[in-house]
Amino acid sequence: MEQTAPRTSIPDQNKWGNLIRRSRLKKFLDSPASLNIMYLPALILFAVFIFYPLIEGIKFSFTDWNGYSDHYSFVGLDKYRYMFSDMKTRLTIVNTLIYGLGSTLFQNIFGLAYALFLNNKFRGRAIVRTIVYFSVIISPLIMGYIFYFVFQYDRGALNDIMKLLNLDPVDWLGNGKRAVWLITFVNTFQYMGVSMVVYLAGLQAVPKDYLEAAEVDGASGFEKFIHVTLPLLMPAITISIVLNIIEGLKLFDIIMSLTRGGPGYASHSLSSMMYDLYFSRQDAGFAAALGILMFVLISAVGLTSLLFLRKKEVDL
Amino acid sequence: MTKKLLTYFTAFMICAIHLIPFFLLLNVALKTMRDTSSRWTTPDYVYLQNFLDVWEQARLGQAIVNNLIITASGVALVVFVGMLAAYPLSRFPTRWNNFIYTLSIAILIVPALTVLVPLYKFVVDIHGINSYWAIVLIHTTFFLPTVIFLYTGFIRTIPRELDEAALIDGCSRYSIFFRIIFPLLKPVTASVIIMTMLGIWNDYRFSLFFLQKRAFQTVPLVLSQFFSQFQNNLPLAAAGSILSMIPMTLVFIFLQKYFISGLAEGAVKG
Repeated sequence: MEQTAPRTSIPDQNKWGNLIRRSRLKKFLDSPASLNIMYLPALILFAVFIFYPLIEGIKFSFTDWNGYSDHYSFVGLDKYRYMFSDMKTRLTIVNTLIYGLGSTLFQNIFGLAYALFLNNKFRGRAIVRTIVYFSVIISPLIMGYIFYFVFQYDRGALNDIMKLLNLDPVDWLGNGKRAVWLITFVNTFQYMGVSMVVYLAGLQAVPKDYLEAAEVDGASGFEKFIHVTLPLLMPAITISIVLNIIEGLKLFDIIMSLTRGGPGYASHSLSSMMYDLYFSRQDAGFAAALGILMFVLISAVGLTSLLFLRKKEVDL
Repeated sequence: MTKKLLTYFTAFMICAIHLIPFFLLLNVALKTMRDTSSRWTTPDYVYLQNFLDVWEQARLGQAIVNNLIITASGVALVVFVGMLAAYPLSRFPTRWNNFIYTLSIAILIVPALTVLVPLYKFVVDIHGINSYWAIVLIHTTFFLPTVIFLYTGFIRTIPRELDEAALIDGCSRYSIFFRIIFPLLKPVTASVIIMTMLGIWNDYRFSLFFLQKRAFQTVPLVLSQFFSQFQNNLPLAAAGSILSMIPMTLVFIFLQKYFISGLAEGAVKG
């Protein structure tokens, strides 16, 4: 594991004696390479709980394993073939992308708008920030349940408003497409505080002289934002977008508490679908194949957005 | 003057929008089951029985103890292992070490859920279902990449001269870490602790798989069962949700500074 040549040891004053000092062990312990022992625990954990299961997952995705029996047979690419011909899977992939990209879009727009607003000095802005940020500390599962009180058909808070406006009550979560967007909304609502904080930190790093110089040159508020603030915010934007996409594509808790993937299969994401396949329909082989698909999808989307945005940063 | 007024109006609207869900939750929790008034109205009577009932029926006390055990050991372990790993990765960027670091970042991007099926089978095989140790190790593993990322970034900002001076003074390479670097890691450790604590405390996806016996279940699990069992008694479920939010809210109130600075630090440095 250690590739760097051990450096000559430095004479030391400790009392281990000549024997140990001259020994190879001592030489090794003095070399920077020996410090690599320090990441051994982390590597072992990765190997046991990530790499080994990943390889096993690839194996299971070629089987018809039901999730508990000792017997299973290899079915080749059957699960994958079924996956790509199955309309439900296609819908699930589309939903996952909506959860990932949709939340990212809204979270960053609102996060940036909030940050720009709260970067102004006024009394009580710390309280506003705290209130916006507060929902981040709550379990997303509970957040889903809280919004159930809003979207519920009878007695839901939203339908109370509809009644007040003399409109017919709506079964908000009863329509699949709408449920997907409502889940995206709840996720955005809960986590836009994160984007806000990231952008606030980014805004504070924008040098005042730049803005003043632009002002002297006669730039309007909007021009200052486009030509000075935005380019300097690019690193913050990059990290915020990439983190949001990755988190959004993994969405699970809010779906479980708001719709459990329903009505029917209409609001499943890949993760909730995997859970359903494994525990409710005993199709572990298919669940494993979906896991591999999700792995490929998220790596692809995550890495592309990272590379794309990093490039943008350099260009600016 | 109008600008000021507009500012305060906007601020007020933002606060109102973000507080409404919690206001509704509180209203539901404070009413009796028979009270069918709108959730927008606060009750004109004092009724706290929901809180007592849910505490007993959902056995929230036991769940909170489980949460405390799992969160405390998970956070301690991930901080220790992550800190150790970050030191050689940031100080000695050999080819091999850079590869390890990249690997760790790659795990950060690839979600844990993709391996959940085989991971579940593996944990069943090693008899880790319904135990504290398995879930703690799993949380540790999946938080490690983030923690390593944060610590590596931070250690890189500590001047190398510090290490070299200590080396010349006869400090061994290991005591440099424990005596010189370790004390300097306090600020980033605060952020790491808060981040992992929140994540582990609120976790649902892992706990759902690996903690199936009541005796080991954490608060989110217990509440989710409560919600599906007592569909007709939502006030109890609402009261349970509020109780479950109290611990993290207290932590947030006292350590707010670290919550926000830690998050921003991690993000901006990336």
